[in-house]
Amino acid sequence: MAAAEAVALCRPDVIAAYPITPNTHIPEHLADIVAEGHLDCEYIAVESEHSALSACTGASAAGARVFTATSSQGLLYMYEIVPIVPSMRLPVIMCLGNRAISGPINIWNDHSDYMCVRDLGWIAMFSSNGQETIDMCIQAFKIGEHADVMLPVLVNLDGFQLTHVVEAMMMPDQEEVDKFLPPRKPYAALHPDNVVSMGTLGLPDIYCEAKKANDEALINSKKVILEVWKEWEQMFGRKYEPIMSYKADDADVLMLAMGSMGETAQVAIDRLRKEGFKAGLLDLKLYRPFPAEELKKALKGCKNLIVIDRAVMSGGPAAPFCAEVKSVMFDEPERPVITNQIIGLGGRDVRVEDFMKMFKDAAAAKPERAYEIFGVRG
Amino acid sequence: MKGIIENFDLFAPKLVDKEEFYASGHRACQGCGEALAIRLMAKALGKDTVVANATGCMEVTATPYPTTAWKLPWVHVAFPNAASVGAGVSAALKTLRKKGKIADRDIKVVSIGGDGGSLDIGFQAISGAMERGTNMIYIVYDNEAYMNTGIQRSSGTPYGASTTTRPAGKVSVGNTTWKKNAAEIMVAHRVPYVATACHSYPFDFMNKVKKARKVDGPAFIHCLAVCPTGWRVPSDACIKFGRLAVETGVFPLYEVENGKYSMSLEVPKKLRPIEDYIKPQGRFRHLKPDEIEIFKGMAMTEYNKVLERCKHSKPWSEMKS
Repeated sequence: MAAAEAVALCRPDVIAAYPITPNTHIPEHLADIVAEGHLDCEYIAVESEHSALSACTGASAAGARVFTATSSQGLLYMYEIVPIVPSMRLPVIMCLGNRAISGPINIWNDHSDYMCVRDLGWIAMFSSNGQETIDMCIQAFKIGEHADVMLPVLVNLDGFQLTHVVEAMMMPDQEEVDKFLPPRKPYAALHPDNVVSMGTLGLPDIYCEAKKANDEALINSKKVILEVWKEWEQMFGRKYEPIMSYKADDADVLMLAMGSMGETAQVAIDRLRKEGFKAGLLDLKLYRPFPAEELKKALKGCKNLIVIDRAVMSGGPAAPFCAEVKSVMFDEPERPVITNQIIGLGGRDVRVEDFMKMFKDAAAAKPERAYEIFGVRG
Repeated sequence: MKGIIENFDLFAPKLVDKEEFYASGHRACQGCGEALAIRLMAKALGKDTVVANATGCMEVTATPYPTTAWKLPWVHVAFPNAASVGAGVSAALKTLRKKGKIADRDIKVVSIGGDGGSLDIGFQAISGAMERGTNMIYIVYDNEAYMNTGIQRSSGTPYGASTTTRPAGKVSVGNTTWKKNAAEIMVAHRVPYVATACHSYPFDFMNKVKKARKVDGPAFIHCLAVCPTGWRVPSDACIKFGRLAVETGVFPLYEVENGKYSMSLEVPKKLRPIEDYIKPQGRFRHLKPDEIEIFKGMAMTEYNKVLERCKHSKPWSEMKS
């Protein structure tokens, strides 16, 4: 609900969304805000997620500020449209209440839904708590609509852990958000006064160039993301970086994670430090564009690293996040020993003690396998 | 109407706007009925229009980057979603106009797609957009198969047509079912203006487009579009086969305004024999006399259904008490 309040502060013109657990109450609450007359916005209660993203794409092409939200199977149902949005350079802001994908059907949290779309051209952020979720929702509009970016943005928030969290938050007021986020100025919009054709056919003589241009746009968006985060910090006092750290400087074993699990890991780190075990955390906030340089810097001198994944890359060499980390570190002269733990699939609880065990195991011996599904039976 | 059609060359310059919104030079096949229909549609709609196009022949042939045949604002996103993209554009234009972010002018959104993109894979999106009362026209250009991918069967394909996925063969007649009645389904969605049309009756079609444009809400037009390539007829016979489809009763032209059906042309005492339509077409070449009878039976059932509805239907407003 706080995410919905934050989105409403951004004054979206069009919202199109379809219900799915656990994100549903974000669009539900937005519908309430519209129904009560607090937000002047066209809310389209579409008949599917495919149409939700299609309607958002059309509305964004017409120059509107647009928002949608989904989870899991909903994201997979709109999958066809997901890569088209960035290829048309259209800002669409989407909250993804991260949920396991079927089957078996499961409504609880992991990151397997996001991992299906990580390579499709969207900017993607991961929030760790309610405060970060609302901050990122507002930042996302400014980043995505920026003239040097013009890309869709995904704000990942862990299903239930973050979609249904109750915590104290600092909600910016309307005046502050208006100051931070000016109205959208589209580069081109569907209007008879300035005729354009959008979404044209890319034959083999132009497709490669279109893909390269798209890739560069996403890579170059990092500059704007960092600028927007700096501006956010100046205005609201809360700092965002692609990789945040917790007691990482002198750590013997580092853990690299994203999403809400990082907060549990911090408690484990505090307990371990009381025992004299130097553990630390790197918390990834920006998944796309992947912060490779920041990661290399953060891992300088690190001898022992645990990479936490929340999804399986079936049949792959490692879990998805870890495979990317290993790829980034391959050319480095000094690389840490990397343990890949896949945890909390489909909402499986991961306790503080579990994180403590992961740290201790990593310190005791090199990993036997490329990845482990932590605590799995059989 | 008939007099105008027969003297088309005489009347056309005076009745049809000379301004083109769908330019020549696109890469549609010679004699393409769909391209002609779209050109007429664009003329009827005029400048203040936004077009959302489903993937298909008309998208592929009109906009290979960096060229475009469109002089209207045009958007293509994917195959099954022209209706939902159009719904998004419509919502955006409404709210941006209300907020004063764009000029205070009525701009109509028209979503278009072929029979595959509309009657099959895009049907859910159309159903949703129409049922929600979206201020938008949807026009399906029905050439009775997936022509862009090479003549595969769709739910617009008539009985007996040989397609690449329902080919005629020793034990196959080709397609075994009759066309999906999209207009009737749209009437069931309480769409206030529903019509069937064909490019071979250009003034009728353009008038229907203009009527649809005036509706402050959803409107739906099912336009038969002859595909010489897929129907296996000469490319100069496009207009002829559109007219034959209507004259034989295979594709009746009618309107449904707020639930009230009416035929668009004078109903002849005797329809032209269906053989005139079937026999010259390569896709029906294999049909045996008994199969032609089945074709006739299916076509006439649909035709007579429409006639019955024209006689007995009433506008919804008369059904309140």
